[in-house]
Amino acid sequence: MIIKIDNLTKCFGDFTAVDHITFSVGKGEIFGFLGANGAGKTTAMRMFCGLSKPTSGEGRVAGYDIAKQPEMVKKNIGYMSQKFSLYEDLKVWENIRLFAGIYGLDGKQISRKTDITLKRIGLMNEKNTLVKELPLGWKQKLAFSVAIFHEPKIVFLDEPTGGVDPIARRQFWEMIYEAAEKGITVFVTTHYMDEAEYCNRVSIMVDGRIKVLDTPGRLKDRFHAKNMDEVFRQLAR
Amino acid sequence: MKDDVTIINCQLINKAQALKDVSFEVKKGEIFGLIGPDGAGKTTLFRILTSLISADSGQATVDGLDVATDFRELRKHIGYMPGRFSLYQDLSVEENLQFFATIFNTTVEENYYLIQDIYKQIEPFKRRRAGKLSGGMKQKLALSCALIHKPVVLFLDEPTTGVDPVSRKEFWEMLKKLKTEGVTIVVSTPYMDEAQLCDRIALIQHGKILSVETPEKIIAGFPKKLYQAHSENNYLLLLEVRKNPEVKSAFMSGEYLHIVFNGEADETVPNLKEIGPSIEDCFVYLIEN
Repeated sequence: MIIKIDNLTKCFGDFTAVDHITFSVGKGEIFGFLGANGAGKTTAMRMFCGLSKPTSGEGRVAGYDIAKQPEMVKKNIGYMSQKFSLYEDLKVWENIRLFAGIYGLDGKQISRKTDITLKRIGLMNEKNTLVKELPLGWKQKLAFSVAIFHEPKIVFLDEPTGGVDPIARRQFWEMIYEAAEKGITVFVTTHYMDEAEYCNRVSIMVDGRIKVLDTPGRLKDRFHAKNMDEVFRQLAR
Repeated sequence: MKDDVTIINCQLINKAQALKDVSFEVKKGEIFGLIGPDGAGKTTLFRILTSLISADSGQATVDGLDVATDFRELRKHIGYMPGRFSLYQDLSVEENLQFFATIFNTTVEENYYLIQDIYKQIEPFKRRRAGKLSGGMKQKLALSCALIHKPVVLFLDEPTTGVDPVSRKEFWEMLKKLKTEGVTIVVSTPYMDEAQLCDRIALIQHGKILSVETPEKIIAGFPKKLYQAHSENNYLLLLEVRKNPEVKSAFMSGEYLHIVFNGEADETVPNLKEIGPSIEDCFVYLIEN
């Protein structure tokens, strides 16, 4: 298991943001972590990534205890969010150099892998371009490549495709499948319910609890819904 | 019928965001969708129509007012919700609304009926600073502020990006209600299920309008047969299918691949089944061809 979460809880004063959640995610799995705005997804994700200490409960991510070994967790995961992932005022190669360096890769390794990565995602010609000059879809491809550059066991994607057009979204999901095929576990949040259908399994969080967790196909059967949007709406309200 | 928005040959030469010969008309009371890839020119078009920047050539009128010469009057007739949250983060919910009412020389009370369904939902938080609201609540406040002077035309630039599916649904129900009040709405969105809810859609790419149609006609106009397929490992199937010379295009779409063939369908592809295209399939097809 790459993620193993047991009764994890986070309280802020008398408000329980994450309320005794328990689940696990396997190697190479694409796991969708869904929920309405304010359901507690971000708080939970911050704990999984070793950025926030749980109030109670336990969790292991990439083999490390999220409360006791947060630094080891951070070293062994990748993270990308729509809100922040790259430095706009750095060039494409500089962003790769910076993040790979932070993860402890040496200079030689980095330069060799930079070209391979850029060729694969079709951005070789943009190596010296400032990130802020790239279209949003390209930035996202690059951000994802940067997030998995150090070959983590798992990558967390927090609303990676917000505001991206359908073509760029489909291409992005191909990259996710490619990574999963290589054995990287993908943990993703999204507000696009059609994207939930790309996941192997999804959970839906409501008011700090995981209300359901299953494959999209079985959830649709269970709620007699023709798509995940209907499942979501039945649960979230 | 009087046209609320008429754009004729509006041209903007501006390195990254050029618009080229964009022409269309929007009818009164219509929900008109602007759909296109990132960087297609949607936001530029919104800014021209709301008189915030000027076109290099061409002409546009909104509610009979020229966007270049009658801009002072025009601004009283329109509401604009930009893509980026642009209310005053340090003012409370209530203060933001009062502020926008005041600068338009009206009061919150005068047009309250127009926003009450929306505003009621955020009223319990009326003393909270706008910057502290959740994504869905910010959108509701921004919409209330854009509506408080009772505009004839409402411009919404990606109003639901980052908003959860339930709040998105509510937001669109509000738009439908505004339509019954006679408000004309021009809206852009990256969500194809929302595109389906518009009366007509303009597809825009590289600053050009590819088509202006009702969603039904766009779907009916899909020129090929569309198939779905799936296997244990869809990613490997996708790589396989793409090598097939008979395949014109193949994409992941949720649990399935969507495939268009050059000629006859290749029946050896596993679990192949003909399906009706969605707006998203049409969008992808039009943009790529």
